[in-house]
Amino acid sequence: MATLVQMQQADLPAPDTFAAIRALLRRELLLAWRRRADALFPVLYALIVVSLFPFALGPDDALLTRISGGVLLVTVLLAMLPSLESLFRGDLEDGSLEQMLLSPQPLPLLVLVRVLAHWATTTLPLIIVMPLLAVLLRLPAQVLPVLIAALLLATPLLALLGAILSALTAGTRRSAILLALMLLPLAVPVVIFAAGAVAAAQSGLPHLAPLLWLAAALILALVLAPFACAAALRIAVET
Amino acid sequence: MKIIPLWLHKLSSPPVFYRFAGTLRPWFLWSALVLAAVGLYGGLVLAPADYQQGDAYRIIFIHVPSAWMSLFIYICMAVAGLIAMVWRIKLAEVIAMECAPIGAAFTLVTLITGSLWGKPMWGTWWTWDARLTSELVLLFLYLGVIGLFSAIEDRRRAARAASLLALVGVVNLPIIHYSVVWWNTLHQGTTVRLLGPSKIAPDMLWPLLLMALATHLYFFASLLNRARVGLLAVEGGKEWARALIAEKADA
Amino acid sequence: MHDFIVMGGYAAYVWPAYAVFFIVFAWDWIAPTLRRRQLLNELRGRVARERLRRERSQASAQRESASGSMS
Repeated sequence: MATLVQMQQADLPAPDTFAAIRALLRRELLLAWRRRADALFPVLYALIVVSLFPFALGPDDALLTRISGGVLLVTVLLAMLPSLESLFRGDLEDGSLEQMLLSPQPLPLLVLVRVLAHWATTTLPLIIVMPLLAVLLRLPAQVLPVLIAALLLATPLLALLGAILSALTAGTRRSAILLALMLLPLAVPVVIFAAGAVAAAQSGLPHLAPLLWLAAALILALVLAPFACAAALRIAVET
Repeated sequence: MKIIPLWLHKLSSPPVFYRFAGTLRPWFLWSALVLAAVGLYGGLVLAPADYQQGDAYRIIFIHVPSAWMSLFIYICMAVAGLIAMVWRIKLAEVIAMECAPIGAAFTLVTLITGSLWGKPMWGTWWTWDARLTSELVLLFLYLGVIGLFSAIEDRRRAARAASLLALVGVVNLPIIHYSVVWWNTLHQGTTVRLLGPSKIAPDMLWPLLLMALATHLYFFASLLNRARVGLLAVEGGKEWARALIAEKADA
Repeated sequence: MHDFIVMGGYAAYVWPAYAVFFIVFAWDWIAPTLRRRQLLNELRGRVARERLRRERSQASAQRESASGSMS
């Protein structure tokens, strides 16, 4: 009896937001580490796709150099699709999505952490492997840093956009092709600016402007996309 | 909410809107057809041939209004979608979703007529010029909304999800357009000015404006037409829908 | 009239363009009507099935009460 009264009077400590973020990050990274082989799949996929181009077009170095920047960008975009599609599917199926919605932490913040962790564990490996892929497609050495910079800006941006779309299609049938259909129009500007930077670097022209546009878009997406994604997740769990 | 007048509130009730749309529909359709007939007569018969493009320019009277409509309808869809998401009004959900196929139709017509105009003018069926490319991306945006709406079982949840997609799309529309224009200048696309270097002649302008008005009126007619059916689909179990069947059986 | 049909030699482009325009919007006008007919048929079926179910349950309820009063 006395303990009940004590429990009623005790103030439960409010969960600290930073602690929640740390916990979420730990969970994401731990899960990814346990399935670390999964990080290889996008890399292998990119490797195979990149190898197909010389087979399709012939090993002529000049031609490959001309197309390498664009091909690498598109390949990375395509390699991101499968893992984006299943971003929230697991959470929806095992109920942890509803837990996220019920938590006292702001949902957009949790979503942001989730998406960035997902990007770090699935797309960052791709970018790390970029030098190898660049050699395969005869990308000039001085263009590689620009390509990597463009990818470091473009891929989180695409991941944030893809997260909104993934939340909208969570649980629907044929969600993979639907996601690709929905993401392509939104990816057009990102591809244009990233490829523009790479092409400019390849021609020896100034390439900072497109990269700055990408950076601006990324900052905008970091702020706005989590809210859109949270709204989409709320719609997704409605019955 | 005192901001919404009573008649508007009543109108958002499905059976009331169903009847209202049924009454208004033929007015919009017939005025669209009459204006289109006059406009096309002006464009195909009265207007003179263009000194650069000959008679091929006459595709402009369906190509340009369709392009304008493809954009206008997307914005209507996004606005209706926003209302649907924020206030959860069933009628807004239906209207937003029924805008999509009409908008996709106008976008498709824009692309096909643009291609048919491009072949005699530029010698090729397709060209990656800024405007056609933007239209192609717009078509994908429409197909995405239609696809998402059809993929979710619950009609109301599907409408809200597709509305969110439409909103994300509408915010991106200017970004997509300007990025495509920039890309086009980078790669020195054939920037053929479809309307010629001078302003459009008055003989060509009034048929074009009439066709623009006619397509707007047709859009409203078609939207009313489709919204009636959309309401039936989402309200199938309700009394007013069942009463309709009884009416039809008697009539 | 001949000039009108030939369209300065561009007839092969102008007329298909107008044809596409009219065909697409004729379809756009007709398709909802077809869908409406389908929906009303489905609804009619649903109403009939529900009526049948109600009648069946009423009949079985009557039979039960009749047999109850006899025994």
